Amino acid sequence: MKIRASLAVLVFAGLSGSAIAQDPNLARNLAATCANCHGTNGHAVAEAKKLAGEPAESIIQTMAEFRSGDKPATIMHQIVKGYTEEQIELIANYFAAQE
Amino acid sequence: MLNRRDFLKSASAFAGVSAMTGLAGVANAASAANGHVVVVGGGYGGATAAKYLRMWSNGSVKVTLIERESTFISCPISNLVIGGIKDMAYITTSYDNLSSKWGIEVIHDEVVGIDVDKREIRLAKGDTVSYDRAVLSPGIDFMPDDIEGLAGNEDSIPHAWKAGAQTVILRKQLEDMPAGGVFAMHIPKVPYRCPPGPYERACLVANYLKDHKPGSKVMILDSNPEIQSKKGLFTRAYEGQYQDIIEYVPNSTLVSVDAATRTAELDFSEIKADVLNVIQPMRAGRLVDFLGVELINERWVDVDWLTMEAKGVPNIHVLGDATFPAPTMPKSGHMANQHAKVAAAAILNMLAGQAPNPTPVVMNTCYSFVDSQNVVHVASVHQYNAERQTFLPVEGAGGVSAAANRLEGGYALDWAQNIWADMLA
Repeated sequence: MKIRASLAVLVFAGLSGSAIAQDPNLARNLAATCANCHGTNGHAVAEAKKLAGEPAESIIQTMAEFRSGDKPATIMHQIVKGYTEEQIELIANYFAAQE
Repeated sequence: MLNRRDFLKSASAFAGVSAMTGLAGVANAASAANGHVVVVGGGYGGATAAKYLRMWSNGSVKVTLIERESTFISCPISNLVIGGIKDMAYITTSYDNLSSKWGIEVIHDEVVGIDVDKREIRLAKGDTVSYDRAVLSPGIDFMPDDIEGLAGNEDSIPHAWKAGAQTVILRKQLEDMPAGGVFAMHIPKVPYRCPPGPYERACLVANYLKDHKPGSKVMILDSNPEIQSKKGLFTRAYEGQYQDIIEYVPNSTLVSVDAATRTAELDFSEIKADVLNVIQPMRAGRLVDFLGVELINERWVDVDWLTMEAKGVPNIHVLGDATFPAPTMPKSGHMANQHAKVAAAAILNMLAGQAPNPTPVVMNTCYSFVDSQNVVHVASVHQYNAERQTFLPVEGAGGVSAAANRLEGGYALDWAQNIWADMLA
């Protein structure tokens, strides 16, 4: 799973590179859109779900289940649809790399 | 462009970095960005921008934050203070971490001039601060002169639309209100700060009056033709649990007020209230008038959404409620925080001689309490559209709660704790 996720990121980087140069900090910037609820760099406070250090494949899987409706949600099923699968993979890998 | 003195200052700021817990704990590579960024306004936009500029540059960019208030007081959740559910301490946070943990120079002062050619900001106490880039996050200012009799009477007819002393005044007026009294709230025309905020306030005031001032009424005098956010969900609350308390009156143009009698004169009627809460017409914080650019509708700043730069003003970025919004983009604290991250990323790229991120994304989540426990949300995601050079909401994404629920009551307070930490911890 881990290898597949990284491959997907590489493929995405290659694809998007042909159309528009990808920012070197794109994953960081995308992950920062989650911080309002899930803490700076995924270090959540209070009862919010912590994302820092979560395995990338687990985040990707959960997001896919929110997207399909397989996993019930109050709000995440609506938010996840605003991001492409490639963006979710970048975000997941960024959070996985946080200590 | 750094002069030698600025360079030495930023070099010494960098030398002190390793001692700071915030920066030492961040795994960012050393940034190629150097320079001095001055942020004016320490709210949801400005405080976030200041912290992220330091965090993402790993301390290589010097950041000064200018804020006139000594502590941060949050507008989101302040309706819970007005409704007697939370206190002022709950919505108040210190700026101390920004200096001690992130190495930001925090100056409590007021800006009295900006020279965009010399890149200098003048402060009321006499200092002048020079910048390579400046971030203005001034929020909103009010336009009391649009309603006859209102200017200068904000203590008797509070807006409570900036949290702080006004929040305390409105809460006190509610506590002093007689049972069987009338609370009337006026909502200005869109766009205004926090679209669902007034409708949430009506719920929380009604929730308080129901238990403590039996027989009282809440009148919502809305300039707009209908409820502007979460319409179905608020309508359900107004027609359900608050049906004997809340009266919603659309298309209510407020002509004048009489502070002595707390009377509101509308186009075709007069309302005498015990508590009169006029959320005033508003515009970008007057700080932006120092830029000398024409405002959209004479109220809001036109920005380049890739960088958050004010159009026509080099090296100046404007965030948050002060901006003329992209399509369907709300004026919210959450969105200001997202603007701040777009601006911080763009500024660091540009200070390093690189192009800004061409594909930024922002999103918004807003929770509203319909009573002390049950909450409804609205959410949206906005992706940058290169062709139209603006953020557009992603179709099929976002939405509102199915119904008010307790689970989101917990999420709403978690949201507050996390975003306050994202800005200020």
